[in-house]
Amino acid sequence: MAESTTTRDFKVIGTRPIRPDGVDKVTGRAKFGADYAFPGMLHGKVLRSPHAHAIIKSIKIDKALKLPGVKAIVTSKDLPAAENKLEQSGEMTVNPMHLSMNILAHDKVLYDGHAIAAVAATSPHIAEEALRLIEVEYEVLPPVMTVDAATKPGAPILLKDLRNNEEGDKPTNVAQHYQFKRGDIAAGFKAADYVIEREFNTAMVHQGYIEPHNAVGIYNSDGQATIYCSTQGAFDVRSLSAQVLGMPVGKIKVVPAEIGGGFGGKTTIYLEPLSVLLSKKTGAPVKLVMSRSEVLRASGPTPGSKIKVKMGATKDGKLVAAEIWMAYQAGAFPGSPVAAGALCIIAPYTIENFLIDAYDVVVNRPKTAAYRAPGTTQAAFASETVIDELAEKCGIDPIDFRIKNGVKEGAPQVLGPPFKRIGFIQTCEAIKNSEHYKSKLTGKFRGRGVASGFWFNAGMQSSATVNIHTDGTASVVTGSPDIGGSRASMAMITAEVLGLPVTDVRPITADTDSIGHTDVTAGSRVTFATGMAVYEAAKDAERQLIERAAKVWEKKPDEVEFRGGMLHAKGNGVPPMSIKQLAPRFARTGGPITGRASVNARGVGPGFATTVVDVEVDPDTGKVQLLRCTVAQDAGKAIHPSYVEGQMQGGTAQGIGWALNEEYFYDDNGTLRNSGFLDYRIPTCLDLPMIETIIVEEANPGHPLGVRGVGEVSIVPPVAAVANAIYRAVGVRMTQTPMSPPKLLKAILKHRGATQHSAAAD
Amino acid sequence: MPTVVIPALLRKFTGGVERVEVPGKSIRELVQRLGERFPGIDRQLLQDGDIRPSIAVSIDGEIATGGVLDTVGENSEVHFIPALGGGEV
Amino acid sequence: MSKKTLVEATINGETVEFLCEPRQSLLETLRDVLELTGSKEGCLTGDCGACTVLVDGRPVCSCLMLGVEAQGKNIVTVEGLAINGVLHVLQNKFLEHAALQCGICTPGFLISAKSLLDRNPKPTEHEVRYALAGNLCRCTGYDKIVKAVLDAAADIRSQGEGKAAAR
Ligand code: FES
Ligand code: FES
Repeated sequence: MAESTTTRDFKVIGTRPIRPDGVDKVTGRAKFGADYAFPGMLHGKVLRSPHAHAIIKSIKIDKALKLPGVKAIVTSKDLPAAENKLEQSGEMTVNPMHLSMNILAHDKVLYDGHAIAAVAATSPHIAEEALRLIEVEYEVLPPVMTVDAATKPGAPILLKDLRNNEEGDKPTNVAQHYQFKRGDIAAGFKAADYVIEREFNTAMVHQGYIEPHNAVGIYNSDGQATIYCSTQGAFDVRSLSAQVLGMPVGKIKVVPAEIGGGFGGKTTIYLEPLSVLLSKKTGAPVKLVMSRSEVLRASGPTPGSKIKVKMGATKDGKLVAAEIWMAYQAGAFPGSPVAAGALCIIAPYTIENFLIDAYDVVVNRPKTAAYRAPGTTQAAFASETVIDELAEKCGIDPIDFRIKNGVKEGAPQVLGPPFKRIGFIQTCEAIKNSEHYKSKLTGKFRGRGVASGFWFNAGMQSSATVNIHTDGTASVVTGSPDIGGSRASMAMITAEVLGLPVTDVRPITADTDSIGHTDVTAGSRVTFATGMAVYEAAKDAERQLIERAAKVWEKKPDEVEFRGGMLHAKGNGVPPMSIKQLAPRFARTGGPITGRASVNARGVGPGFATTVVDVEVDPDTGKVQLLRCTVAQDAGKAIHPSYVEGQMQGGTAQGIGWALNEEYFYDDNGTLRNSGFLDYRIPTCLDLPMIETIIVEEANPGHPLGVRGVGEVSIVPPVAAVANAIYRAVGVRMTQTPMSPPKLLKAILKHRGATQHSAAAD
Repeated sequence: MPTVVIPALLRKFTGGVERVEVPGKSIRELVQRLGERFPGIDRQLLQDGDIRPSIAVSIDGEIATGGVLDTVGENSEVHFIPALGGGEV
Repeated sequence: MSKKTLVEATINGETVEFLCEPRQSLLETLRDVLELTGSKEGCLTGDCGACTVLVDGRPVCSCLMLGVEAQGKNIVTVEGLAINGVLHVLQNKFLEHAALQCGICTPGFLISAKSLLDRNPKPTEHEVRYALAGNLCRCTGYDKIVKAVLDAAADIRSQGEGKAAAR
């Protein structure tokens, strides 16, 4: 397994076939969650809090219930009691009480948009009218919107039961403190010739998937429920919904629909249990679809952050010490990815002395959810900007500076144990040698910036079955919702192992009753872990094919070989047999052939990316235009290069949006003021140049095909890369996101004032 | 003997010591021995008889998947780190 | 509840009669009344373009138009792009170029791109980007979409030349 798979000979892997689900998606036939409809189906809508922080004194639903067409209303009273402790649910950790409180507010609302009640009616319009007839009495409390506000003495407490690992029995908004350290930072900084210290603030941003959350719930009188929804993890929807509803997992079947983007945001539940509750009350299927405004107000964005970075380097450009303090907005309930951010913030570099303190803080904002390399983009914005500054101080090219300090195989990870084979330096070299980086950037107010990023990638559990049909074609069944073309990869891996043309393999994403447990599509794990299960399942089918051919030839299995898609009898001159020729004889040799495998995948190979951007800044407006962008990323092995490039381009575009435009804008009352795509502005195609990609393939020794994950790390570098480019263009170091025109203009004017001032003083 | 690296915030139980050599062939044994030597630390690591959901175990640089059932080698290095499944749901 | 209105329109080449409430958008009518769920909902405020359809040849956000306004109009949705099961060149190019990941934005992009190429068979990259700026895609970074549209345009032109040469 440790061989360099990049030099291995593949027939299918590495090619670019048309994706198997493609035609359905260009003809409008693909069924996304909101496309499901059933006879007698009702439509649900959710009443949401207009306040960021308030006690619910009473909810009156009688008027709404009397509206013709309204069939049922549910509130938190319809939910079973839930326990306040951390539990394992699949691979996720869950606090059942917080989860329940997020589905429908119990006695308090904790953010603008917090769900309070849900209505089922004969049309969505009637359901909406009914919402206006529900009367809620609130006692409004002061909102706590930032890390600073949440941690200052006397701050209003969001969750009365929240305690952390340090403050004993004191109620707090600080859910958790993490600390990582190595060496002696005092000695480290003493050895440094240059020390840079800066504070960064990033705004909360949303994944921005185009498809809103949706769910259709059908509760049968026999106590069996079915949920159709767009999710990254059908099994997680099942276990989490069971948790909230107090139902056994086996009584819920989840059918994953086609999913219109997720990026981490569709790894949890919002509407799913409500659809089941309403269906149970009405006896009819109930569909709920969020509006865009609901998506932004009440699904899980990624935290805003405050990060302080102090780093030191010697004259010759060696990083010697880092001291980092970081606090993330978890949203209304604990669980921001601040620990991940802390473990990634300096992960690309070998630094002998560091101290990282990280805090998870609750605030009156929606509970955050995963977003592509959770917690890491914020962190890299801070560290990669400081590193750029140190490189400049040392007079070293920023890429060379990274290569000099970058981690290689054997270098210690933040936690200590050494990295296995990794491709960080290769991504830096790839950028350094790119035509883009070698080209000269000329013109006024233009600048070029680079930055790098690290992400762990994930393993976890996956199941797969490979069925060989009676005509010798195959289907491959997994439980991983396909969010970016992974079905193509699963078909390609199967085809590669079995020597079939990829068009002879049909990939299926199955529901929770039709395949073994499979964890969520997240952590860049599908091609890695589900791909590993598919590989093993195809190998299992191969073993059975060999046995069957042996039977037909009246030989022993070890006298038969499978090569190049053909079965060969060793030795004598028996002509080889294809799977197609053998398939009609399955019945007489023992029945159908089904290869199976389940894995809890180990051998995860971390991912690195390095990005270079050229920008032009309009000094009069602060508007930044991207001129050119190239990203290099280590994929391990690219199964379908087009979709690897697609992941790299998509992640980069999201990073650019994060850098330049996107932010949650709350007013003083804690009301979100930009809950639509007009004001929460994600990049359009007019905002972006072509995004050039360089796939580095440094095989992951822990995977039979060398695969790492590719879904996430590309989002990490762009924010810092854009900031570094802006500095080169106009001389200002931006320490907050978004670097939108008003904010950048302010910084430019301040900088201009300062330089004129100092010029005058000279 | 396997080495356990104590997470920074649990070092108050070990008097600040970072690396502890602990005999044992499984994570269960290591945690048990740790608890005998540094009373209270085992309760920080366990919940309902298994590793806490908020903690992941890394053995020789790789995230292990078996909780207390995972076996360790004679010279293994074991870290207890925050679980990174995207945090609490 | 408001009374339903009878509407007659041409949809994907067929004359269709349907009943809809005055408050139902064209998007809702297409999806819920006519079961043409190919047009997607991303925002209902005219910002994402996932619901784009052609109305008398012009691209329109169907979430911003009422169902009753379809009276007498000629409407083309993504379901009407392939003719007799033969994919439109744009559909083929989107597949070849991997111009979709999740595919929720694809119907809207295909319609907007068709409207562009119907008007301007020789667009520059900038013209393609300008014409598609009303369609949001969060997955692809637009790169492969723009390339697919440029390639489709080249294909249509060479087919046209081929036809001209044959004549
Ligand atoms: S749904 Fe019509 S523009 Fe978004
Ligand atoms: S492909 Fe997912 S939004 Fe465009």
